[in-house]
Amino acid sequence: MRFQLVLSEVLHGLRRNTTMVIAVILVTFVSLTFVGSAALLQAQIGKLKDDWYDLVEVSVFLCPTGSMAPTCAAGEATQDQIDAVRHVIDTELSDEVQQVFFESKDDAFAEFQERYPDGYQGTQLTVDDMQASLRLNLTDAEQYGVVSDVLSGRDGVEMVNDQRAVFEPLFRTLNVATLLAAGLAVVMLLAAVLLITTTIRLSAISRRKETEIMRFVGASNLLVQLPFLLEGALAAVAGSVLAVVGLWLAVRFLVSDWLEQSVNWVAYVSELDVLAIAPLLVAMAAALAVVSSFFTQNRYTRV
Amino acid sequence: MIRFENVSMVYTRGARPALDDVSVDVERGEFVFLVGASGSGKSTFLKLVLREARPTRGHVYVAGRDVAALSSWRVPTLRRQLGVVFQDFRLLQNKTVYENVAFALQVIGKPRHVIRDTVPEVLDMVGLGGKEKRMPTELSGGEQQRAAIARAIVNRPQILLADEPTGNLDPTTSLGIMRLLDRINRTGTTVVMATHDDEIVNEMRKRVVELSTGVVVRDEARGVYGEREAILPDVGRSPVLDAPGAGTRVLRPVGSAEVRAAAHVEPRPAFGEA
Repeated sequence: MRFQLVLSEVLHGLRRNTTMVIAVILVTFVSLTFVGSAALLQAQIGKLKDDWYDLVEVSVFLCPTGSMAPTCAAGEATQDQIDAVRHVIDTELSDEVQQVFFESKDDAFAEFQERYPDGYQGTQLTVDDMQASLRLNLTDAEQYGVVSDVLSGRDGVEMVNDQRAVFEPLFRTLNVATLLAAGLAVVMLLAAVLLITTTIRLSAISRRKETEIMRFVGASNLLVQLPFLLEGALAAVAGSVLAVVGLWLAVRFLVSDWLEQSVNWVAYVSELDVLAIAPLLVAMAAALAVVSSFFTQNRYTRV
Repeated sequence: MIRFENVSMVYTRGARPALDDVSVDVERGEFVFLVGASGSGKSTFLKLVLREARPTRGHVYVAGRDVAALSSWRVPTLRRQLGVVFQDFRLLQNKTVYENVAFALQVIGKPRHVIRDTVPEVLDMVGLGGKEKRMPTELSGGEQQRAAIARAIVNRPQILLADEPTGNLDPTTSLGIMRLLDRINRTGTTVVMATHDDEIVNEMRKRVVELSTGVVVRDEARGVYGEREAILPDVGRSPVLDAPGAGTRVLRPVGSAEVRAAAHVEPRPAFGEA
């Protein structure tokens, strides 16, 4: 009986406030699309890191002849120095480093020749132009700082280079995009909260006679307030559903059908990722509505 | 049933209190008129009973409970024991008479079969049998007030509060409403009615509590309305106040000796028997 009553009150309120309800739906739709985009960008960054960090390694370049680095004052790295560095890697860095390869000058030259059979920019280099290095695979790519701190400045080590640095500009760009989307989302969410508040207020004012009677005959606070609360929540959740559908379509047609076909060596976010963030978006919409209803209600429908 | 113990109510700090150290005790089944000029504190009195406001000082007990100490989520339980009737009826215009009365039961979660049985019964009792499907706009003022009374008593409250229920009605219709309230009172319901209607108070001869600027100035069993405060100063004949063509008619301020004497008529014996 009461469920039916609440339902009919909600439908009645939605009908009476159609334009405002549509506004709420659209604003939550847009704001949650931004929230979802930010989340998907972060998911994309995560995927790229998973994919690429496995492929890259930390290179410990050993002193070549004629290096200006202070640690290379003694000339080309000696076998003793190399052994000392390997010893440090095996003991102090045993947790951080998974695998070590030694790349000698000859190995480096072979690889160079393979990559540039006609010489590099017109110059034909020799084995002595190459530099020996230790290639480290890290257990956790984020631990680069520790490895670099321990190995830099040791005798025979010219420099420690993290290949991940190559990706940093890309990740930085994606992170900035995430921040932009999140920033816009915050502004839009604020607009959504204000709109929901106004909608509930209008609804409460247009129904204040009913509300007053309900209070006088002893309806519980919950029953008086629930219709308004549900009205806001329904509109907001409808907006979030639209946002999920929008993101799903965007990922389906822009990423899966187009980007993935044209640049196919990168792992992309998929429709599954959209479905994974969907509950988050819907929950956010509901929370938004409940919080704004709660504050409005107490002013307009207090018992 | 209702007990005010040294109740004071101040709306804004520093302003004159709306009620000032009021102590009143209303027994179960009593019929009490609350009289006094506008601003004397009648509405505040009713608001405190309904727990629409809390007293600044003192205690208000309704059906044995200190309403000021009641937490807000318990207020609905208190209000289910009270019925309220207003001067302006406050019927929902988009609902029929039946729906208006049923609404009061629906929102407190009464089962459908109870509503189906109770509402027609109450409508019959207030004299609206056969008019269930009418919209409020299709009813006369008196009938609208009957519908409002039906809504107030459909949950069989122990106390019925009426705030000038005859204020918008002509004397004959008012009399019908008073007969109805009297009948409800005879079923054991305590009735507290705030009113300006001296004729009705004088005819009913029930207990009268008179408030003046927030103070109880009179509490009489089987009382009358009493003196009205003079509305016009006793200026005698005045060309400004005399209506054109009124001849030699002299305006007498209400409250003059004649009016007072007229107010002390004996109650019509037939009234309570209705």
